[in-house]
Amino acid sequence: MTAPAAAPRRGPDLLMLSAVVVVAAAYARAIWFTPPEMVQGYAQKILYVHAPAAWVAFLAFGLTALAGAFWLFLKDQRLDRFAESSAEVGVVFTTAVLVTGPLWGKPIWGTWWTWDARLTLTLFLWFVYVGYLVLRGVVPEREQRARYAAVVGILGALLIPFIHLSVYLFRTLHPLPVVARTDGPQMPPVMLVTFFSCFFAFTLLYVALVRARMALAAERDALDDAALAEA
Amino acid sequence: MSARTPGLLAAAWIVARKDLAIEFRTRSAYLSALVFSLLAIVIFYFAWDPTAIGSSDLAPGVLWVTFTFSGLLGLHRSFGVEQQDGAMDALLIAPVPRESLFLGKALANLVFVLGVQAVALPAVALFYNLPIGPALGPLAALMVLASVGLVAVGTMFAGMTANTRLAELLLPVLALPFFVPIVLPAAKTTALLLAGRPVSEAVAWLRILLAFDLVFAYACMLVFPFTLDD
Repeated sequence: MTAPAAAPRRGPDLLMLSAVVVVAAAYARAIWFTPPEMVQGYAQKILYVHAPAAWVAFLAFGLTALAGAFWLFLKDQRLDRFAESSAEVGVVFTTAVLVTGPLWGKPIWGTWWTWDARLTLTLFLWFVYVGYLVLRGVVPEREQRARYAAVVGILGALLIPFIHLSVYLFRTLHPLPVVARTDGPQMPPVMLVTFFSCFFAFTLLYVALVRARMALAAERDALDDAALAEA
Repeated sequence: MSARTPGLLAAAWIVARKDLAIEFRTRSAYLSALVFSLLAIVIFYFAWDPTAIGSSDLAPGVLWVTFTFSGLLGLHRSFGVEQQDGAMDALLIAPVPRESLFLGKALANLVFVLGVQAVALPAVALFYNLPIGPALGPLAALMVLASVGLVAVGTMFAGMTANTRLAELLLPVLALPFFVPIVLPAAKTTALLLAGRPVSEAVAWLRILLAFDLVFAYACMLVFPFTLDD
């Protein structure tokens, strides 16, 4: 049996390494070197995980939809691998948002979960992309899988504003933005620096994770091709 | 028969008529969906304490959950019937635009779904003792408005999942999140109408429904050809 052309051994993932270091540094700053908020106390610090994770989640799904749309025209496998990886990482970060939210909600709102507009929207975003991953899992043929995934990704992106509108009309309780507002951020500079460090750290982590996941997808595809060639 | 190929809408009508003829002659899916709806309505009644929650507060939710799930049954069947005897391949080689297949299937599904709702609504009124008489006109319009969005998204996903394994599981998993901006406004508007409020109070909800219908009917028609496998 001839061994399939093995992918060259990769060195250590330096990008991932630096992402982990930056995330650790940002959270060291958030935990030890940023004062707790006056009213909410230490519970507020969960914002440094919650908000950046939400940002990455939306970024990930937006890019998944975009990659899918481009795939439909270009049929480049790398676009599909990117969409697959980004959706998976996005689901992980959305899960982080959905876990950290209740942890903060219990002491501050007095309840783990409430059917607030943003919570509901995030939950449904999670559902859409878990469905997306389930669909990918049951379609074995590569081209067909990419095509289906692209369609779900695009429709999912179209769906978000509608869920947003309808759940907003339902009710909302979520705190209004404290940083992204027209009259400038309502946060002391020391917290603001921490806040943006965490955003940067999470974005870097997203890039590193997607890159690693894409490498995995490429190797899986190469292995499939090799198995096919041998058969 | 002339040999010229029919246009987009004419071809859609042919597809819809074919599906409706199959359904009209067998009536198996329609009757199943109908019995399912009635069962759901009855079971929901016993799931809550009627002395704690008034049945008019319960009805909008029951109505729309029942419509959604019975709709899914019909949608799943819509491409299920094409699985036998290579019927789907025959449809695909027909010299008509793929968009026509979508429109035709969606139209047949719309008739199916509205046919189930036309019986389920009086059944809810009967079992839950609701005064639907004065709100009947607006309610019927609301059911059409909501069903268009439901059927557009559902037909697209039914076509996509039909040739995967787990089709009957995958369809609800994919489609239900998309039904949120339909079911939420529809149930809210139904509650307003049943409470005797004027339609004007539901305008914001109806706008969402209308926008959803327009955006998703068009988007699903455009992406539908990508869900077909030659």
